[in-house]
Amino acid sequence: MVFGVLSLGVVYSMPNIFPPDPAVQITFNSSGGSFNDRVVEKIKSNAEKEKINFSFVENDEKSILFRTNNYDDQIKLKQHFEESLDNNFVIALNLAPNTPEWLKSLNAFPMKLGLDLRGGVHFLLEADTDLLIEAKLESAISNLKRILRDLSLKPRALEIENTSIFISLNTQQDEELLSEAVQSLNGFDLESLNSSDYRLRLTEEELEQMIDYAVLQNLNTLRNRVNELGISEPVVQRQGAKRISIQLPGVQDTAEAKKIIGKTANLEFRLEAANRISLASRIDKFPFNGRDVNLEKRLIISGDQVSDASVGYDENGFPQVNISLDSEGGAKMHRSTRNNVGTKMAVLFVERKSRTELINGIPEVINFFEKRIISLATIQSALASQFRITGLDSPEEASELALLLRAGALAAPMDFVEEGTIGPSLGADNIKLGIQSLLLGLGLVLLFMIFYYKIFGLIANLAVVLNIVLIVSAMSILSATLTLPGIAGIVLTIGMAVDANVLIFSRIREELKNNLKPQDAISAGYDRALITIIDANLTTLIVAVILYAVGTGPIQGFAITLSIGILTSMFTAILFTRMMVYFIYGRRKEIEKLWI
Amino acid sequence: MDLTNIGFMKIRRQTTVLSIILIFISIYSLFVNKLNFGLDFTGGSLIEIRLTENIDSLEEVRGLLQSLNLNDFQVNYFGSNRDISIKVPGGDNSIDEDVLIQNLKQDFDFEVRRQEFVGPQVGSELRDQGGLGLLAALAVMMVYIMFRFQYKFALGALLALVHDVVIVLGFFSFFSLDFDLSVLAAILAVIGYSLNDTIVVSDRVRENFRKKRRSNSEIAINRSLSQMIGRTLITSLTTLLVLIALLIFGGETISNFSIALIVGVISGTYSSIYIVCNTLLTLKVTSEDLMIRKTEVLDDGMP
Repeated sequence: MVFGVLSLGVVYSMPNIFPPDPAVQITFNSSGGSFNDRVVEKIKSNAEKEKINFSFVENDEKSILFRTNNYDDQIKLKQHFEESLDNNFVIALNLAPNTPEWLKSLNAFPMKLGLDLRGGVHFLLEADTDLLIEAKLESAISNLKRILRDLSLKPRALEIENTSIFISLNTQQDEELLSEAVQSLNGFDLESLNSSDYRLRLTEEELEQMIDYAVLQNLNTLRNRVNELGISEPVVQRQGAKRISIQLPGVQDTAEAKKIIGKTANLEFRLEAANRISLASRIDKFPFNGRDVNLEKRLIISGDQVSDASVGYDENGFPQVNISLDSEGGAKMHRSTRNNVGTKMAVLFVERKSRTELINGIPEVINFFEKRIISLATIQSALASQFRITGLDSPEEASELALLLRAGALAAPMDFVEEGTIGPSLGADNIKLGIQSLLLGLGLVLLFMIFYYKIFGLIANLAVVLNIVLIVSAMSILSATLTLPGIAGIVLTIGMAVDANVLIFSRIREELKNNLKPQDAISAGYDRALITIIDANLTTLIVAVILYAVGTGPIQGFAITLSIGILTSMFTAILFTRMMVYFIYGRRKEIEKLWI
Repeated sequence: MDLTNIGFMKIRRQTTVLSIILIFISIYSLFVNKLNFGLDFTGGSLIEIRLTENIDSLEEVRGLLQSLNLNDFQVNYFGSNRDISIKVPGGDNSIDEDVLIQNLKQDFDFEVRRQEFVGPQVGSELRDQGGLGLLAALAVMMVYIMFRFQYKFALGALLALVHDVVIVLGFFSFFSLDFDLSVLAAILAVIGYSLNDTIVVSDRVRENFRKKRRSNSEIAINRSLSQMIGRTLITSLTTLLVLIALLIFGGETISNFSIALIVGVISGTYSSIYIVCNTLLTLKVTSEDLMIRKTEVLDDGMP
């Protein structure tokens, strides 16, 4: 058993020996598109023309990975791609693991390093509040129209002008009615421009509150999305009024992260416009399967009302997304569909994108919405809060859509205003120094133990080294992230692993002093020290579990290594050393003296 | 060497006085100097740069920051004469790091090694969480030791842990070292370490009390400590060896972390001897307190 665990530990800790290559990764921007050999060859030969060294290129349908030999080449290559490729591609720096195939086939991968040790990606997102304001103004206008109609007041003009609403009245007498109407709208100030014209503005408070609410909701959504990425110790924090910062340590796949985080995807459910309603102002045209489909402008519901979404497969094995709506959404869906059985309902996928254009020679980022129909199906019966979307292209698209819907829509669209990799040189220095000093400390401990406990010290040393191997392999198997506090956990564990052996050995010495025979002293030493060791380790384990429960990212990292270390050290310090001791002394009948 | 009976408890009055003085200094310093909370807890901006050449004085950098209407900032060397860290607290007095870097670039030639900004809200959240974690850890420990040993031991262990935490906090406050997340983690590690030590000593005290029921408490405790002192010192020594290596060669980023652990391990070793055993004697622990109950016999048989 002991050997089984140890060899498992050795195998699964091995991937950590192979340092990863700096690499550049290219993926498609949208969920569609795939790399065929021709595209790959073209990108590759272009890079070769620039005389940038890259050692190896790998690709699958989703992405291409260019491995380089050093960080300088990596940066050069990234710059080259940024200049030469259009905005259909996402280009990201990456660290490509060098795990040999035979280890990969055993599912053995290296452990991830935290932002503080390897550097890491840092995103800064900013909420586009203009769009938020526009939406608010639009809904205010439709409300105001209704109120004014009730007051039988017909304004000459009522329209959005920049970040305010412009109102023009026919006669000045109507002013009283107007201010009465405005009062019932919360959060607006009415300003008189001249005898008949007025301007309606959002109050400063309302604006602030609105943005605050939207950013808080976005923070939540982004947290969910990042969590969906399955990265441990991500940091998603608010930064100032409109910004959200995301740190992703140890991310293997930056491009994927950026794709999921940055996507402002939403769904719109709309009815197909019946032929009798042909007012151009009430319909939108979208292409679908080679023809134009007229949809009503009015939404039934949007993705915000989705409470859960999961991927499933229909009878024919095609991917589908099963959707659950919240109660309000379910009611709306029911109301709209019960009178329209036989009409078609479209599901629109709304994506916010940006492109860079040269305007007067200055590059400027332009944001736009791209809407496309992903499903158009006849309503068979009144729908309620549970239904499904079919007609998706691939399982990947289905799972991405489900993920985005599940993680929630962003209350305000967000743009990447900064994408930074936090000091790779600093991270590299940190890990180098951390490991160097850890090794030095370990070396000192090992020397001391041999000096003090002779043969037994040697056995304990072997146990300590194996313990580190086991911690590393356990962390690799759990794909946990090693951070600076994580190293702290390991340091503490080294101390404690030695401690267990010190307890046992000093007990053996004591028993020898009490004139026990060497064999008896050994078993008495192990038996009596066992309770103490378990008590001591168990209490520390409890501390670690509590820390994990109440702590955040970095503290959790510490708690994880500490817990793993405690468990593995009990194994190595008690079982392994005992086995070794018996192996050396157990078979001899008479032992004169123990080398302890 | 014969270490069977050292009079540890003879100097217990002196050590009590020492502990009280140390704790008093720590708490006084915490009130007067406060803790020098790092960016993780306060929020603000941090920039670490590596200049192309050494500079002898930071006055020029400070002057530049002042000219940007910043006043509450900190500029320090960070490991060498060309590594500089700049900290600007958040709030009204904050500045966009990029603007700051641009301004610095006009006068200096450097590489940005690290650049960070933490919002103030996040900081206070973290602080609360950290404090909560410490309290929860202490509370659950009490219950465990009460269950496994006895309430007098639990009280002793708690006092020892509080002692260690206060001393480390006091040390950081007294020398105004940066208290950041890694230091918090170190303090939590100290709790684990000190507890480990305490349990080991308590275990032996319990064993000796059970062996010789009639003997004097002070003698029993002295004997236990004498038996364990070798182990306690060796373990502390090996842990300190690793930590000192971390402190000297681990680089600036983990130096505070190592300092916290070093102080904590020393304090933890001391407290497991003097605070725990002192508490036991003060509470007049007797062998009756540790009579083997039936439940415990069962419990002891479990691995």
